[in-house]
Amino acid sequence: MIPARTNQDIQTARTSRSLRTKNTTIGWSFITIAAAMICLFYFYPMVQAFILSLQSGTGTNLTFVGFDNYIRLFKDPTFLTTVKNTVIYLIIQVPVMILLALFISVLLNDKTLKLKGVFRTAIFLPCVTSLVAYSVIFKYLFGSDGIINLFLLKISIISEPIQWLTDPFWAKIAIIAAITWRWTGYNMIFYLSALQNVDQSIYEAAKMDGASSIQTFFKITVPMLKPIILFTSITSTIGTLQLFDEVMNITQGGPGNATMTISQYIYNLSFKYTPDFGYAATVSYAIVIMIVIFSIIQFKVAGDKND
Amino acid sequence: MIKKIFSYSFLTIVSIVSIFPFLWMIVSATNKSVDVTKGRLLPGGHFVENFKNLLDTVDIIPALINSGKISVITTVLSLLIASLAGYGFEVYKSKAKDMVFNILLLSMMIPFAALMVPLFRMFGMISQSAPYIGIDTIAAVILPTVTTAFLIFFFRQSTKMFPKDILEAGRIDGLSELGCFFRIYVPTMKTTYAAAAIITFMASWNSYLWPLVVLQSPENQTVPLLISVLGSSYSPDFGVIMTAIVIATLPAAFIFFIMQKHFVAGMMGSVK
Repeated sequence: MIPARTNQDIQTARTSRSLRTKNTTIGWSFITIAAAMICLFYFYPMVQAFILSLQSGTGTNLTFVGFDNYIRLFKDPTFLTTVKNTVIYLIIQVPVMILLALFISVLLNDKTLKLKGVFRTAIFLPCVTSLVAYSVIFKYLFGSDGIINLFLLKISIISEPIQWLTDPFWAKIAIIAAITWRWTGYNMIFYLSALQNVDQSIYEAAKMDGASSIQTFFKITVPMLKPIILFTSITSTIGTLQLFDEVMNITQGGPGNATMTISQYIYNLSFKYTPDFGYAATVSYAIVIMIVIFSIIQFKVAGDKND
Repeated sequence: MIKKIFSYSFLTIVSIVSIFPFLWMIVSATNKSVDVTKGRLLPGGHFVENFKNLLDTVDIIPALINSGKISVITTVLSLLIASLAGYGFEVYKSKAKDMVFNILLLSMMIPFAALMVPLFRMFGMISQSAPYIGIDTIAAVILPTVTTAFLIFFFRQSTKMFPKDILEAGRIDGLSELGCFFRIYVPTMKTTYAAAAIITFMASWNSYLWPLVVLQSPENQTVPLLISVLGSSYSPDFGVIMTAIVIATLPAAFIFFIMQKHFVAGMMGSVK
């Protein structure tokens, strides 16, 4: 028995040493395909986009123009409109959706609530639809003789149909309502799972101290869920900054350019108008910069509450 | 008591708002276009007729086949590539690999709109030497979307819970490193694969912008492209359009509902 064990010890020592060197090469080979694909289809195009952004011209006739495209951005009324639209969607839609999702998940987290599964499934259901499909549905729901106007007329909230898709103000509201419908349930699932990890005794203690429901919500629930709220608000922000499918299929950017987003402008610049790939690449860097700025702001805001 | 009443009525209203567009879609698919515009909310008997009209007006069957091919291939390749990487990062942990991992995660910040133009030019260039993977091919739709940092992250997070001692046992039994992965890791991580499969399949089945850019000929259309075209027609036949949307939504909805548990579990796993 004894020699056998020694043998095994030696063998383990040998394998662990050889394993370490083997590990490095084998470990890297597991990663290679993924790393190569991401470099090829994410990082390399970003470098290409930057080189493109220094060029201008139609189609393949590109000439080097330095930073002219970046100067052109600030004088381009369409670009400025699309930035304004995108920021409006962002600062209205993301907070409304996150508060709504939080509120619903707090209600659903109530232990004594019946039909919990039914409510949860119903509210999550919109996430199953494709962006294009639900956009087309909402386009018709919001039509001037669509169901929503018929309903509002019937209950006498309005006396004449609202021009949801042809009025610049209402068109934005329609887009915001549509996005909120699609994504609230998705965010709710994240909050629900996070709430299940929150110790119930904290709530009992708060109740004994006489805290109202509103106080408990803002003083306990929101701070406890801060990491997940930060995560969802960053993913929602990135999503909203790249908004394309909905606007393209509900209003096509209209009326005028009143609902057009930056992504749609890039698409139009490259594939709808006379193609100007150089300038389109410049506009796309504007989105990247906005994503970075908004993410930093959100990290800062979340960090400050910590102190 | 008042709180209870408020809870139930609020949740009921939100649920109705969430479900209503679905009901309207399904009901409208069974009605004539005229009735849909009149606001009819009761099921009718025109589904078969709408379905026939749909087959006559657009090539929905080829579009379904294209979308199916793209989604299945994307899902299989995505899962393989991302799980290999997630496993590699976690099982063969090292400082250098963690750095590479963080760099790869940065790609999550890159919006697709920024990649669209250079990718289009890249595939345009590829078209000249290898037309079978260039513009207007299924391969061009699949290749750029097949690897996502999110999925690698997802597999790495899940691998943290994987009992690595089993691998040692496998090695002693003479399994190669790749053998350990396929014979031990893959079968143990079924739930993770299921969740990843749902996420990837739904994203691929529903993707719109890149196929819109890269697919040009009508016979290569995918379902979302077809619905978008139908939805933007000047004299829409609502019954037909809603029938198309019902058909497009069914596969994703079906996959979601049979695997709902895994999906929620998977999302929660990725959060932890």
